[in-house]
Amino acid sequence: MDELITMTAAELSAAMAAGEVSAADVTEAHLDRIAAVDDQVKAFLHVAANDARARAREVDARRKAGEPLAPLAGVPVAVKDLFTTVGMPTTCGSKILEGWRPPYESTITQRLRNAGAILIGKTNMDEFAMGSSTENSGYGPSHNPWDLAKVPGGSSGGSAAAVAAHMAPLALGTDTGGSIRQPAAVCGIVGTKPTYGGSSRYGVVAFASSLDTPGPLGRTVLDTALLHEVMSGHDPMDSTSIDAPVPPVVEAARHGDVAGLRIGVVSEFAGDGYQPGVMARFTEAVELLESLGAKVTEISCPHFKYALPAYYLIAPSEASSNLARFDGMRYGLRTGSGSAEEVMAATRETGFGAEVKRRIMLGTYALSSGYYDAYYGKAQQVRTLIIQDFDAAFGQVDVLVSPATPTTAFPIGERADDPMAMYLADLCTIPTDLAGNAAISVPCGLADEDGLPAGLQVMAPPLADDRLYRVAAAVEAAFNERWGHPLLAEARGLSAR
Amino acid sequence: MSITRDEVAHLARLSRLALSDEELDHLAPQLDQIISAVAQVQEVAAEGIPPTSHATGLTNVFRDDEPTPCLTPEEALSGAPEVELQRFKVPRILAEEP
Amino acid sequence: MTVTYEEALQKYEPVFGLETHVELGTTTKMFCGCPTTFGAEPNSHVCPVCLGLPGSLPVTNRVAIEYTIKIGLALNCSIASWCRFARKNYFYPDMPKNFQISQYDEPLCVDGYLDVLVGGKTVRVGIERVHLEEDTGKSLHIGGATGRIQGADYSLVDYNRAGIPLVEIVTRPVPGTGYLAPEVARAYVTELRDLLRSLGVSDVRMEEGSLRADVNTSLSPRGSDVLGTRTETKNVNSLRSVERAVRSEVSRQAEVLGSGGRVIQETRHFHEDTGVTTSGRSKEEAQDYRYFPEPDLVPVAPPRDWVASIAASLPELPSARRARLMSAWSLSELEFEALRNAGALGVVEATVAAGASPADARKWWLGELARRANDMGIEVSALPITPADVARISELVAAGSLNDRLARQVIEGVLDEEGTPDEVVAARGLAVVSDDSALLSAIDEAIAANPDVVARIRDGKVQAAGVLVGAVMKATRGKADAARVRELIMDRLS
Repeated sequence: MDELITMTAAELSAAMAAGEVSAADVTEAHLDRIAAVDDQVKAFLHVAANDARARAREVDARRKAGEPLAPLAGVPVAVKDLFTTVGMPTTCGSKILEGWRPPYESTITQRLRNAGAILIGKTNMDEFAMGSSTENSGYGPSHNPWDLAKVPGGSSGGSAAAVAAHMAPLALGTDTGGSIRQPAAVCGIVGTKPTYGGSSRYGVVAFASSLDTPGPLGRTVLDTALLHEVMSGHDPMDSTSIDAPVPPVVEAARHGDVAGLRIGVVSEFAGDGYQPGVMARFTEAVELLESLGAKVTEISCPHFKYALPAYYLIAPSEASSNLARFDGMRYGLRTGSGSAEEVMAATRETGFGAEVKRRIMLGTYALSSGYYDAYYGKAQQVRTLIIQDFDAAFGQVDVLVSPATPTTAFPIGERADDPMAMYLADLCTIPTDLAGNAAISVPCGLADEDGLPAGLQVMAPPLADDRLYRVAAAVEAAFNERWGHPLLAEARGLSAR
Repeated sequence: MSITRDEVAHLARLSRLALSDEELDHLAPQLDQIISAVAQVQEVAAEGIPPTSHATGLTNVFRDDEPTPCLTPEEALSGAPEVELQRFKVPRILAEEP
Repeated sequence: MTVTYEEALQKYEPVFGLETHVELGTTTKMFCGCPTTFGAEPNSHVCPVCLGLPGSLPVTNRVAIEYTIKIGLALNCSIASWCRFARKNYFYPDMPKNFQISQYDEPLCVDGYLDVLVGGKTVRVGIERVHLEEDTGKSLHIGGATGRIQGADYSLVDYNRAGIPLVEIVTRPVPGTGYLAPEVARAYVTELRDLLRSLGVSDVRMEEGSLRADVNTSLSPRGSDVLGTRTETKNVNSLRSVERAVRSEVSRQAEVLGSGGRVIQETRHFHEDTGVTTSGRSKEEAQDYRYFPEPDLVPVAPPRDWVASIAASLPELPSARRARLMSAWSLSELEFEALRNAGALGVVEATVAAGASPADARKWWLGELARRANDMGIEVSALPITPADVARISELVAAGSLNDRLARQVIEGVLDEEGTPDEVVAARGLAVVSDDSALLSAIDEAIAANPDVVARIRDGKVQAAGVLVGAVMKATRGKADAARVRELIMDRLS
């Protein structure tokens, strides 16, 4: 592989700042990589080649003119197709928005543009962020670069695959039930769900409004922190946006250290359904943390076992309402004939996939008069109990850890029409989405059974995002030393060209 | 059984989804299975536990009553399937406004 | 056989309720910074938020909250210490998100009242709640005969209005008004409108849709407390229509019940031209809106000191104003109601402030001007004559330069926009002839032309002088002071 596509974002940034390489060359190298392997990975729905080249030239010109530039200037970033981007289509992985070009830009992609980052393209995803494999995409699934017959996880599967396949050093995703951390884990990269409200949702097409959290993916902890910092911070266009300084994540990523840190292993995240190879790597990671000076205890969070059912009530309920606007009247697909009512129903029938339809109906059910209290209402109470479990846990430890997801990447097609089996991929990640605190997945090795990556999940209290990076950086450094190379170097799924 | 095929058909109508019979045959049992599973939340003892609708604890987020730039009509209508007289043209509406 | 209103009242007690929607006069919309000004070209006052584009998010307009609290306080409500917005979910093309951000079980203001004066008595109309929501877009229905939805081929939607803040004010059912139910309903809307105008929160024009009233009506059997099935009547676009809608629904429901039928819970449409309601949509299968707390907005918890400062900024409330004016102008309740019903309180107050006596101001506004406004189908305050004009005319009459008849001609001239009262007087030459000598020749002529009348007067029947006065008034084309003419005649004949 071309050196430019193996360098980290931090390294590329330093190289460009030192004048060793141009933004144009960096962008071209990544566009070449996309052309070489994306027909196998299918990570991208849209490659913004011309726009990327133009922006890269602009960055080079500004640097030449002596302008001070932000760290990510000239660094390519892949964007999950859930963010509205002017000049590029935004499909949300759905046929109902095929070809839609939004007339406005999301806050986060605008911040990246302002920082000079190169938005290299829009990545594939489960339709409207509903899924854990990208198999729910209206445009076909993406493939895991480690093994093309396996899923890259979801819903930010395209973003994770793009980073893992070196098509971009950084990517934007969103996490509602685990949709950044689970794909990051099964693709062997780093992914963070920031504290809810820490990154703006303006321009992020809503799936479950009270859970959706935009976040960064990268090959290293530092890279992920760099993106985390640029994309985060208060936005007056988002009422749920937290008005507080962004936690010092980059600083923490540069100084990984767990000495004296109290770490809690969540006892509920083990047992049936957890792949032995994944548990083995997780156990080793915990032992590693101990060897680095952390104090490890077991913590029980008794209501976590209700997190999955609560999530699959709250998220579909909000989604059923959020997706009502897609009716063929103002934008997107319009099909069918007859009255407005008939056209709406025909459009939604044609434009939405099966999982989206399931969740819309589930949400409609849970919110219906007569069912609200027993379903949606009860789920909101469970949410309170989960928050209380976290509060109690964080009263005793500084971070919690678990596997990021119970299994490694499963085969494409294995769970595609088995919703309940698919939902299990989110077992470990959902509680943090319900509580709104922060969590990261960092690679912790390959499972023996299949040689596929497993991720260690670290969870921190709200607004303690930096703590995640401090732990993850320590883990990453120690593992890299033990392995002798970054985990990704072992990925053999792609035919080298 | 938590939910019948007829009830699922009703949900589809409420959600403006014109499901075919085949789809209904396929989705109804899946929905039944999912509803049974999520009903697990009812096992939780939650007397006196307040529901959480917002995790951040924020209140009183307002904006000033000051104008900001609008979209142009062209931008607003840019995705519209059909336009007439600078308005969104939609098929005949059957029901009166609720 | 149709049942008359009177017949209906013999057997039944009308109960009514009102839901009014008020478009707030904020500069920008409820959840975005688009302007709210009326009359812009279609889809030019829209943005991703009020268009409900994917990814857009609402942010609450602080002034809209302030105005709603103001309304709640003026209606004697309690202001919630913590409340949320909720989504009201239903599909309709004029709603860009297919849900409306509204409030459900946590309205901003609850449990108030508005005292309304009708028939000399005060009726306390309970206010159940005051809450905030966003308005919808507007549709043109093309192809049908009437421009309404029925029979249209397609519709054209303009979202300029979508997102404008709407306050919904809901009364409790109002029983016990008996025969006066329609008047009380109308009086409530009138008082409410005046109140909202005095608060400066809306221009409350029913004709323009910034004040919309839905009227709920039901009948209880006489002597019973049991509430009947109620219907909701929409398309009530004027104060007069409020009254007519109640009256017509009472008669209709009485007829249905009288013939052994049952009143269907439904929405009905009021027809301005016929004064009756027709069936719209059945509310039997009540729509399930699947309300849940709006996750994109955080709760509103108005700090008590903010509420207190809003309370301190309230202008004089109608009840206080009523007490003050009744005292200052020595009015009975009925006299006050007449002014209120004519929508003339404001203009009369202004006319008095401009120097006229309360009696004169009332006389002109409730008399000649109210008649004119009625004929033109507008409010008295919309007439092209100002309180200052009326005060001037009143002054001229008091000074003897005009008599009543001439004053009416001056009013006509001002309404026809010929100018100010003085300009009209000059242009039309309407001054009272105050020069006795000019009158004397007309008087002598009248005396000469009516010898038998003169005889009767000399006989002691002084009332007969009216004939001579009339003749002189005719001869001078009304420009004489009748009282002075009579004096001069009696002088002449003595």
